[in-house]
Amino acid sequence: MPNLSPATARALRRLIAPVLAGSCCAARAADTMDNAYWNMPKGVTQISHEVWWLHMFAFWICVVIGIGVFGVMFYSLFAHRRSRHPVPAQFHENTTVEIVWTIIPFLILIVMAVPAAGTLIKMYDTRDSDLTVRITGYQWKWQYEYVGQGVSFFSTLKADANAARQLGSGIDPATVPNYLHDVDRPLVLPVGKKVRFLLTSNDVIHGWWVPDLAIKKDAIPGYINEMWTKIDEPGTYRGQCTVLCGRDHGFMPIVVKALPEAEFEQWLAQEKSAAAAGTPPAAETPPAPAAAPSSSGSAPGAAADQPAAVDPPSHDP
Amino acid sequence: MAHTHADHAGHGHVHDEHAHGPERGIMRWIKTTNHKDLGTLYLWFSGIMFVIGGLMSLGIRLELFHPGLQYMDPETFNQLTTMHALVMIFGGVMPAFVGLANWQVPLMIGCSDLALPRVNNWGFWILPFAFTLLLSTFFLPGGAPAAGWTLYPPLVLQTGNSFPLLIFAIHLMGISSITGAINIIVTILNMRAPGMTLLKMPLFVWSWLITAYLLIAVMPVLAGAVTMLLTDKYFGTSFFNAGGGGDPVMFEHIFWFFGHPEVYIMILPAFGIISTIVPTFARKPLFGYASMVYALASIAFLSFIVWAHHMFTVGIPLAGELFFMFSTMLISVPTGVKVFNWVATMWKGSMSFETPMLFAIAFIFLFTIGGFSGLMLALAPVDFQYHNTYFVVAHFHYVLVPGAVFAIMAAIYYWIPKWTGVMYNETLGKIHFWWSAIFINVIFFPQHFLGLAGMPRRIPDYAVQFTDFNEISSIGAFLFFIGQFIFIYNILRCALFRKGLKPAAARVWEGAHGLEWTVPSPAPYHTFEDPPQEVDTETPWVAGHPAVAH
Repeated sequence: MPNLSPATARALRRLIAPVLAGSCCAARAADTMDNAYWNMPKGVTQISHEVWWLHMFAFWICVVIGIGVFGVMFYSLFAHRRSRHPVPAQFHENTTVEIVWTIIPFLILIVMAVPAAGTLIKMYDTRDSDLTVRITGYQWKWQYEYVGQGVSFFSTLKADANAARQLGSGIDPATVPNYLHDVDRPLVLPVGKKVRFLLTSNDVIHGWWVPDLAIKKDAIPGYINEMWTKIDEPGTYRGQCTVLCGRDHGFMPIVVKALPEAEFEQWLAQEKSAAAAGTPPAAETPPAPAAAPSSSGSAPGAAADQPAAVDPPSHDP
Repeated sequence: MAHTHADHAGHGHVHDEHAHGPERGIMRWIKTTNHKDLGTLYLWFSGIMFVIGGLMSLGIRLELFHPGLQYMDPETFNQLTTMHALVMIFGGVMPAFVGLANWQVPLMIGCSDLALPRVNNWGFWILPFAFTLLLSTFFLPGGAPAAGWTLYPPLVLQTGNSFPLLIFAIHLMGISSITGAINIIVTILNMRAPGMTLLKMPLFVWSWLITAYLLIAVMPVLAGAVTMLLTDKYFGTSFFNAGGGGDPVMFEHIFWFFGHPEVYIMILPAFGIISTIVPTFARKPLFGYASMVYALASIAFLSFIVWAHHMFTVGIPLAGELFFMFSTMLISVPTGVKVFNWVATMWKGSMSFETPMLFAIAFIFLFTIGGFSGLMLALAPVDFQYHNTYFVVAHFHYVLVPGAVFAIMAAIYYWIPKWTGVMYNETLGKIHFWWSAIFINVIFFPQHFLGLAGMPRRIPDYAVQFTDFNEISSIGAFLFFIGQFIFIYNILRCALFRKGLKPAAARVWEGAHGLEWTVPSPAPYHTFEDPPQEVDTETPWVAGHPAVAH
């Protein structure tokens, strides 16, 4: 299953889902399984589909084992209660049974481990990428740099959300579109191209995660982590910082805007010429000097009680 | 047979200071070296810490009730989440298990006290001091530590005035745990009643023997890790600073080398308790005693080689990631074996459902659900979607609350008639059980969905699509907390206001086996000053017991 194209996998799942879900309506079962209210999103990459499949596979195995074990237990609680079963048996060991219920779970684990290892190996293969983006975490925003293109900018929580989230602001978050999941400048990426990310931090450990891409990695000061994605569908995908990084850890979201390749090239050309002309587009905050990996470690080492990042004004209460 | 003070005088021993019983007043509690008194002190301390930690969790759930910030700024929220975990782990769960060990291990192996009674006293009294230091940080300028109980640098090095108090408190708690663990090992290995070979020991004693080794192995590692934080902050070292040649990830490795065995330290005694309670109320010996011992030992051994599953997203090399995925999945095998053995103990037994048994059954059901989410988390590629989301929060609260905490409550209901001589109120016990069992699921089951839908951990405010499940979880938290007052009332009646309660027999529970049931209820201040004679009749899994057919 992991090696099928998304469309074929989707079709197969629609066939299998009702069997797995015990539901009679194939389409409804598949949609429920994918519903982001109850479940992980299937996402928009081959890897995200594989990851979703592994998640559901593990989940259903656990459900079956649970029904088996708890079924026996609840039956016993009913049938072997004192009033129904006044004389207890005294058996208290059986080596064969111990061996059997050690070996069978071990075999089930192997069945889970093999596809999981396969997907993990694929996720680690960052070779042959078409585009490289360096992501740097700051307290409390992200910086994106298109390596070799001369384009870089900060991406911070959108102003309307930032106003609403202040303590006692009186603004109802429901009136803010994509509250806490929108930024002033999204990361724009091409559809259908393998994008490699180089991830680091300027101060403390952060984490970069977009559920629809199924990639998450920690941004560590002084070190560079790698990950990759290849987005299959145009759209806007939202994520958040996932490592506690201080006061505004919950307020530094991630937005990825995936454009068809031609539109992406157009966008990139515009950005390049704006950067070359020195006239940043309206929403951009003044970029800090791009921190080289070897120097970014020095800030946290100076026993500092203050965050080291260059701050745009929007995060002060 | 247990001896009373009168018998003691008759043997020609001179015990001036307790010829008329233990000392009166507060000095009794300050100076006591008696395992029963210290067990009581640990349990009282743990109870107070659970209330404090619980209040913090209410603060967290209050702010998370609705999106937007209504009650506190994000820094305060981070202090609450950090301190909630530190208080619950080091002040709640661990001291409770130590208190149960103090009370029960000597009674179960038939010796008069722990091997090092004065060290036992000191190990306890460190804790109120350590927690006064830790909790006082809320009142310092800058507030309490707010970097998470996992203390990752560089963030934790941004902590202000509370930092030295935090480190010192952790060192003190570690010393308490290490000395307590040494005490327990020496006692179990040297002071068992004649005839009680290791493979005749009650499983609770086995679980504590193994837990004590885990404590000695890993608490010093935590001490090393926090000391390196201290020197990085104040003495110019660069252990965790890349600019100076160090590595923040090294902290994570050292911390989790402690941290993973730590969670097994918090669950192994619980396994021992369940293995005690289920046979009693099924009126049937524990199924697979030897397997259960080997499972405990396997879990303890494996717990040392899985730590990096807390670090799947830090960027460790592929081979390492695969190794830790496989080793973590492997731990589910001995754990599953234990669950099967408990069910096999119930099978064809003759079960009654008093409060301790209700909590034990809920443990088996709900801990196993926590185990299932743990197995899902072990799959590294999928963990990239779960890591640091509410899916993880749901997982560890399932194994800790309906896991460890329900086992602690089961043990208290089970043994409090032995400790106090009176029966707790069974109706109130059942109400407390059903209330807790229902609301614990209301709190934590929806958190699985929150994590899958994309809500990260340790955030005070969230996108509006996460509102419904946060509301449900918060309501559950307040209701669960209120229900615990039923438990507190029931326990206080037994401990302090016993008038009108039914007296307890020596063998409180009809199906109970073990040396502790051969002494009167309440257990006399000194028990087993002479070795007991009933080892073989009180260990029903051994051939030769009249009830056991081989």
